[in-house]
Order: sequence, then C-alpha cells, then structure tokens
Amino acid sequence: MDMDFIVDKEAKTVAITREFQAALSLVWDAYTKRELLDQWWAPKPLISRTKVMDFKVGGRRFYAMVSAEGDERWVVQKYTSITPKTNFKMFNAFADADENLELPGSDWNLSFSEQEGTTKVSISIYNESLERLEKMIEYGFREGTAGQFQNLDELLATLSR
Amino acid sequence: MKRDIFQAIADPTRRAIIALIALQAMTPNAIAEHFDTSRQAVSKHLRILTECELIKQEQKGREIYYQLEIEKMKEIDKWLEQYREIWETRFRQLDDVLATIKKRKEDK
Repeated sequence: MDMDFIVDKEAKTVAITREFQAALSLVWDAYTKRELLDQWWAPKPLISRTKVMDFKVGGRRFYAMVSAEGDERWVVQKYTSITPKTNFKMFNAFADADENLELPGSDWNLSFSEQEGTTKVSISIYNESLERLEKMIEYGFREGTAGQFQNLDELLATLSR
Repeated sequence: MKRDIFQAIADPTRRAIIALIALQAMTPNAIAEHFDTSRQAVSKHLRILTECELIKQEQKGREIYYQLEIEKMKEIDKWLEQYREIWETRFRQLDDVLATIKKRKEDK
C-alpha cells in the first residue's frame, strides 16, 4: 500500500495518508484500543507498552516505547476531540516515567473514512518545532536500528556456532 | 540553548536568505540589499542561521562571506526520510494486525 507523506516545513506540519484493506470499524479499533495499538504502534524492534489508556475527550494514553535493551521512552497522548469512527484529535508529548511532560508537544488530527471495504486514514501532525521531530526520529529510528543490528549480531553468532 | 532548525527554516526571510546564498557565497551587505528590512534585522537572521549551523562565515580578504552548509540542509531531509520510514514500518505492522484479526473472524 502506498503512503502519502508530505512535509510542509512552513506550516510545520507532516501529513500522512494511508489506506488499509479492512473495514472502518476494525481500523478505528486498531487506533483506539490499547491491546491492538500495542501490537503495531512501535516500529520493530521497539515495543509499545501502554500503561494507562482512557479513550475519551479529556482522557489520555500513557505509554512507553521500549527498546530491545529495555530502555523506556515515555509518551503522553491527551485526547482533545473524538467523533466516533470519523475523527479524533490528540496532543502528543514526550514525558518522563512520572508523566511530567517535555514540552513543546505536537497536535495530531486523525481522520478515518471507508470506501468499498478499504479504509483511508489521514493523519496531520503539527509540530511546534523541528527539534521535537528530530527527537522523535532520533529515538524511534536510532534505537530501532541499533536493536536490529543487535538482533543480527545475535543471529550471526548463533549461526556461526 | 540549542537553536531549533525547524524554526530557522520556518521563517520566510531566512528561507529567502538560504535560497540566495545557495547560489553563491555573499557578504552581509549584498544579502541585505535583497530585502526591504533593516540591516539589523538581516544580521539577526544571519546570526540565527549561523547558530543553527545552516550557514557559515568565511573571511575573504577584508570581507566576510556567508555560505550555505549543504550537509546540514541534507541532514534535515535525512531526518524527514527517517520519520517517513518509521511510519512505513508502523503501517506495515498495522496491515499484519488487521489481516490477523480479519482471518480470526472468518475462521469463526
């Protein structure tokens, strides 16, 4: 499936659009239920571990991205608006393990629509600063890549034994 | 405090400065001539861009020239490319989760 990924540096917004071969209700659940979110949210080999999730306006998801070495990077997502099976908005910020936010954060707007069994998800992420985006990438990617290399090392070590 | 590169390139004047000196290294005076704003305002933009290491100064004779740090600009694109890759991975994982759930439902 092709993904649209448009960075508007002037508007400080990243717009991502992707279609999924599944009914809207299922895709909606995958974005809004913790047990499903944890199965795909973290790019492997990172693991998403949700500690608290209360999907309602004013509620939040408090989760960690956990690296292969067990390092945790905490994130809080506060739900600011919900239109069931159509759209939800949240404020996303890094945090420490005690839920103290590291500001600035980013504003997310996620829209869902279905056509003939295919569900389109459009995500727009407004970042107050690129530094924040940089941080996100640094963590999600560097940790991820480091982990993959480690897995490869282990595999190679096993094979050569 | 570390300067924020996103903010550096979010400003239209600073983007125009980057576009200008991408073509050739220029003195602060020559850069200022292209803008209606004051010399001080242009100096401030140059300072911010320098602090972000997007441009650098070079002394040529008596004059100071500003030139673009092309590597740093490439870095920005590299970050964005990495961010894109994170999303691609994430969505492939979601494809798998959705396929598994659908299959489970069909099997029932």
